[in-house]
Amino acid sequence: MEKSVNSNKILFFGITKDITGLSELYLNLEGKSIATFKEELTLKFPKLKLLSSLNIALNHEYVPLDLIISLGDEIALIPPVSGG
Amino acid sequence: MQSLSIEEKKRYSRHIILPEVGIEGQQKLKSTSVLVVGAGGLGSPVLLYLTAAGIGHIGILDFDQVDESNLQRQILYSTNDVGKSKAKSALTHLTALNPLINFDFFEERLDNHNALDILGNFDIIVDGSDNFQTRYLINDACVILGKPWVFGSIYKFEGQVSVFNYNNGPSYRCLYPTPPLPGEMDNCSEIGVIGVLPGIIGTYQANEVVKMVLGIGQVLSGQLLVFDALNMNQYKVKFQKNSDNFELTQLVDYEVFCGTKKVINLNDSISPKDLAIIIEDNLDFQLIDVRENWEAEICKIHNSQLIPLSQLGSKIELISTTKPVVFYCHHGLRSAQAISFLKSKHNFTNLINLSSGIHGWAMEVDNGMEQY
Repeated sequence: MEKSVNSNKILFFGITKDITGLSELYLNLEGKSIATFKEELTLKFPKLKLLSSLNIALNHEYVPLDLIISLGDEIALIPPVSGG
Repeated sequence: MQSLSIEEKKRYSRHIILPEVGIEGQQKLKSTSVLVVGAGGLGSPVLLYLTAAGIGHIGILDFDQVDESNLQRQILYSTNDVGKSKAKSALTHLTALNPLINFDFFEERLDNHNALDILGNFDIIVDGSDNFQTRYLINDACVILGKPWVFGSIYKFEGQVSVFNYNNGPSYRCLYPTPPLPGEMDNCSEIGVIGVLPGIIGTYQANEVVKMVLGIGQVLSGQLLVFDALNMNQYKVKFQKNSDNFELTQLVDYEVFCGTKKVINLNDSISPKDLAIIIEDNLDFQLIDVRENWEAEICKIHNSQLIPLSQLGSKIELISTTKPVVFYCHHGLRSAQAISFLKSKHNFTNLINLSSGIHGWAMEVDNGMEQY
């Protein structure tokens, strides 16, 4: 889907970028919960399931997984990283 | 607060003329102590900038030696330092940069035995470590001691920065309650990192320290900053404090917590497959066969020690009291008797039964094994 007001921007960080091969993605997620989004994304990229510690942010804030996504909301997948 | 000498006023003049710093701000920097855990990619710029900035007391902690492959990003060291102690080499370079600083150096790994003692001597802790265990250890020690810490972490072209336990703000556990499993995330030595990235992230960390000391700007407390060096995006995300994470009163075993040390659960029994796993993983335990000699001549599990049940009472001293001990026999009955005897008469608490015996082992693990 092309970037437009009728979509949601999804940002990938850390290893999620490597797993999906994407740094960003535009999808229409209106009406879906964060949990449903995560489930659907995992079906597409099964390796995401292996991440035991993965935070999902909505509009720059961590929110409960049952929160419903509205059009225009920005989502980010942020796993912990350990290098130094 | 400590006053400034003429020499210090000259050295820090570009700070002092900033209204946000001034003489008073520079005195605050001088009166502050900061410990940097890990003098590697992140630790290098942190130490260099804090030393240059005039933090009065700086602790350098690193157990490692300088390796040639470090020089691509660990800008504190030069080629001559290869093979030398990082803590000592860092001390030499930093003293040359600013002899007015009071340095402490620790050539050791931060662990449960030394963390509270070492961290306790400093006002602010900066994380320049390269593994999850150390980060959870720093976090918990800082929560117990009531000290703020500046977190930094890198992955390929990306870095994360935050400040934890600052002014009643959230902690690392509030951001990442559970560590990833080993192997889920790799470190720089395994996957590589672009050399300037720790330079950027470490400099951000040093900047947070300076802001905290001076009380200026907005400290990254309750927020995680993610920086992407490829597209130069900077993403900030807010997270909440979970007060449960502040109830802890003692350190835990971080290798177990992060899954880097496998442990044998002292359940009453173990399945053949699980036994095969702990053998494969080279875990430290004792395997005792309580069958008779003639049975062991037919088949046995590799590396097991034969103590027939009939002789067990006279060979108690051969059974470990410190590590887990797995017992087996033909079908699991005699080994259960052995365990019950040792538990009731000799108070053993470390005994596990291979409940399906060597028969189960032959069925599930070693199909080629001779059976009887």
